[in-house]
Amino acid sequence: MKPKTSDPPHPSRAALFRAGLTDGVPIGLGYLAVSFGFGIAAKAAGLSILEAVLISVFNVTSAGQLAAVPIIAAAGSFAELALAQLVINMRYFLMSISLSQKYDSTVRTGDRLLIGFAVTDEIYAVETAKPGSLSRPYLYGVTVAPLAGWWLGTLLGALAGALLPAFLISALSLALYAMFIAIVTPDAKENRKVALCAGLAILISCAFAYIPALSRVDRGFVIILAAIVCGSLCAWLFPIPDEEDGQDKGGREEVTADE
Amino acid sequence: MSDTLRFLLYLFVMAGVTYLIRVLPLLFVRKKIRSRFLRSLLYYSPYAVLSAMTFPAVFSVTEHPVSAILAVAAAIVLAFCKKKLVVVAACAVGVAILSETLFYFLA
Repeated sequence: MKPKTSDPPHPSRAALFRAGLTDGVPIGLGYLAVSFGFGIAAKAAGLSILEAVLISVFNVTSAGQLAAVPIIAAAGSFAELALAQLVINMRYFLMSISLSQKYDSTVRTGDRLLIGFAVTDEIYAVETAKPGSLSRPYLYGVTVAPLAGWWLGTLLGALAGALLPAFLISALSLALYAMFIAIVTPDAKENRKVALCAGLAILISCAFAYIPALSRVDRGFVIILAAIVCGSLCAWLFPIPDEEDGQDKGGREEVTADE
Repeated sequence: MSDTLRFLLYLFVMAGVTYLIRVLPLLFVRKKIRSRFLRSLLYYSPYAVLSAMTFPAVFSVTEHPVSAILAVAAAIVLAFCKKKLVVVAACAVGVAILSETLFYFLA
């Protein structure tokens, strides 16, 4: 059924912001642990505490930052660093396309310039899981705790890196991967197609890691390859239903300016 | 080139590339994507990305691979029971710390 043009009563901006804030807290706590691992890794590779924190402040990307550390520590080329970031972080491009579809008309160009800074796997996961469209106050609210957690965790990790024994440090850096598992597993359990997509991606990733002839291929590239191959295959075999939810169709017109 | 300048350039390059990747679609892709294939691709690909990033890389994170295997098993079981992100991460790290500590003192 198509809703009438009259909008349902809107929650206040403060309420929307608070809702975002609340949704961001678990991510922020997770990031505190994950970026702690990054701080440790950066310090161990020879970067200063300030450098580790600056990288986290301006990037907010777990895999990209981890990949950058050895390149920076070894005084690698700028092109290599740029390429590594491009390949590893290209997934954000897909996520931003998808998120851009969910922003409502209150989200202006200036907001997009700011919010775009904090498109991460977990924020993406939370925002796509949210039914309906996303409002401006919510989008700002949801970034607060993750950013705070990411920055603070890096600082603490860099400070602690010198104090903790190596075996403890390596155990802490596992938090990141555990979080990825926590995102994929519940959806794979509910949906066999998602499970197949994830399983196939793991197969491809392992093939490139363990088959000698393939193991020289860059890891970031393998991830992109897995995303495109598995994503396309599942999209072709099991396309998602058309207009899966009518909730963001009613009411407002889409803003399509600036194109 | 001084070390400070070099670092700032590294920072500028990586932050710039990462920011553009994120922000360009937000600025320029504002219409609803009509293509069912593209929408399906956008739905499935994050699962592929996260899975490929995790496996097999996770097994070489810890000093002893067994610790990682135990931690991954714990994470999968907890995630299967729909525990929160933080809980899964904390428990996996806890398992890894226990296991690594054991190996450290046994070795």
